Amino acid sequence: MKKFNSLKKSVRDNIVGYTMILPALLLLVIIGIVPIIITVSYSFQYKVLTDPLNTHFVGLENYVSLLSSKQFWEALWNTVVFAALSMGIELVVGFTGALLMNSAKKFVGVIRTAVLIPWAIPGIIIAYMFSFMFNDQLGVVNQLLQIMHFINYPVSWLTNGPAAMLAVVLADTWKQFPYISLMIFAGLQTIPKDVYEAAQIDGAGRVATFWRITLPNLKQILLIVLLFRTMGAIRIFDIIFGITGGGPANATATLLFQAYKYLFGDMNFGLGSALSTIITILILICSFVYIKVLKTDD
Amino acid sequence: MKKNNRIGKIPGIIGTAIFLIVIVFPFYWLIVTSVKDPADISLIPIELWPSRFSGDFYKNVFLEHHLMTYLGNSVIVAAGTMIVTILIAFPAAYAFSRINFKFKKTVKNFILVSNMFPIIAIVTPMFIIFKNMHLVNTYAGLIIPSVIITLPMSIWTLAAFIDTLPYELEESAMIDGCNRMQAVFYTVLPLSAPGIFTTAIIAFITAWNEFMFSLILVTKDAMRTVPIAISLFPGQYTVPWGDMSAASVVATIPIIIVVLIFQKKIVSGLTSGSVKG
Repeated sequence: MKKFNSLKKSVRDNIVGYTMILPALLLLVIIGIVPIIITVSYSFQYKVLTDPLNTHFVGLENYVSLLSSKQFWEALWNTVVFAALSMGIELVVGFTGALLMNSAKKFVGVIRTAVLIPWAIPGIIIAYMFSFMFNDQLGVVNQLLQIMHFINYPVSWLTNGPAAMLAVVLADTWKQFPYISLMIFAGLQTIPKDVYEAAQIDGAGRVATFWRITLPNLKQILLIVLLFRTMGAIRIFDIIFGITGGGPANATATLLFQAYKYLFGDMNFGLGSALSTIITILILICSFVYIKVLKTDD
Repeated sequence: MKKNNRIGKIPGIIGTAIFLIVIVFPFYWLIVTSVKDPADISLIPIELWPSRFSGDFYKNVFLEHHLMTYLGNSVIVAAGTMIVTILIAFPAAYAFSRINFKFKKTVKNFILVSNMFPIIAIVTPMFIIFKNMHLVNTYAGLIIPSVIITLPMSIWTLAAFIDTLPYELEESAMIDGCNRMQAVFYTVLPLSAPGIFTTAIIAFITAWNEFMFSLILVTKDAMRTVPIAISLFPGQYTVPWGDMSAASVVATIPIIIVVLIFQKKIVSGLTSGSVKG
């Protein structure tokens, strides 16, 4: 102890600091990084679980057959469509929720309570709720749309590609927009009141105020939300698993879902790992942008 | 501004009402379906409010689907994850908040990035490793992967909380003759209780809702957690919508009660870690 105390303060800080973060760091490296490295190594192998004796190094073959397969480009397209649709709808609904919380002060508590319910429900249960609501015969969505005369016959949502995609996007929206609302609401609170008053004096209307003051002030939060949702769209699994299982005819299979099918459907660990590696790279790119965005705030 | 104050409020109230209905309806529908009589669930037109109530679906999930077993598994895994997460996250958060060590910023960013790791790229090797270590179908085999999901955000949220505590606390304790460990134990730890509590609730819920690891790392029915068990209710030709609704209500109600009681804390916990760098 005496020896330790006689060390320079900066040296002591390094020892104490690293000792305290060591368990967390070790766990994240051993359970997080090491498996990812193993996945990358699998991606250069022929590794099919039903043919274990034949495992061997194949170089880039998995990547080549992946990039030349129809499923990959379909899955990439589905991911882009899912990301764009869900982000658009979630941002609009999320923003609406935040503005409502901001204007209807009396209801903040009620809205906050309601908004947290979807957040707390397991994704797979949300998937089941939505697949029941969008069921062609027993589903309440078809009935409500018929009552309101939007449709004359029940729509078979989950057997039609674009309709199934919409159902998945709506389920994801229901789960995700509360979080977006809360983030944007937190951001709205930080805009000083007198900025709005000054705009009012200058004769700015509501629309102009929104575009000129509200949006620019929320730029950073919106950027973070966009990045989070991009990564969310790449990582989505349980909702697709529960509503469509990637169908009909792969119409809702995103990159990650396709990887799951290669890995645990076909037991093709080589091909699945190659796709998982591509997903990891996409996520890493988003993460670095995210850190850059956070840094500009300091 | 003053002139149209009253009229200006009306669209806000209508908007709020529509907004609330859209949020609450799916959950309302889940509960209504679960208390319907089994014969009424396929009635056309669909009853938006049940004409008669029944507990049959609840009887089914407990007697036929053994929901109690899965609930028990979920409680053990979520509670275990929560405890391990806090034990590891608190010292790390303290170090990030209070101690200047080399590459602190880089390490903290690495922890943030690790929050984004795609589980699909982790779960395959983990399945093989866990199988060799006989961790498949064990509680430890479910808690360990859950912890890496909850740990990064927990460290960030806790560090943001400790940042708000005055440093003089430890200083004066150390002047009074405490060493650093004692100072943390007697001053920072008790004052961090609200932050630890919030982090713990969020970790518990995250672990309770975890899907992909639990789906792949458990192959024995008796070890399944609730979300996985419910996802396996559908048979080859029929989907027992009523049973699934009842099981879903049982699995979500405890969580929702906790969320409602601690909503303020949860919101601050959810927004503090990710917005402030």
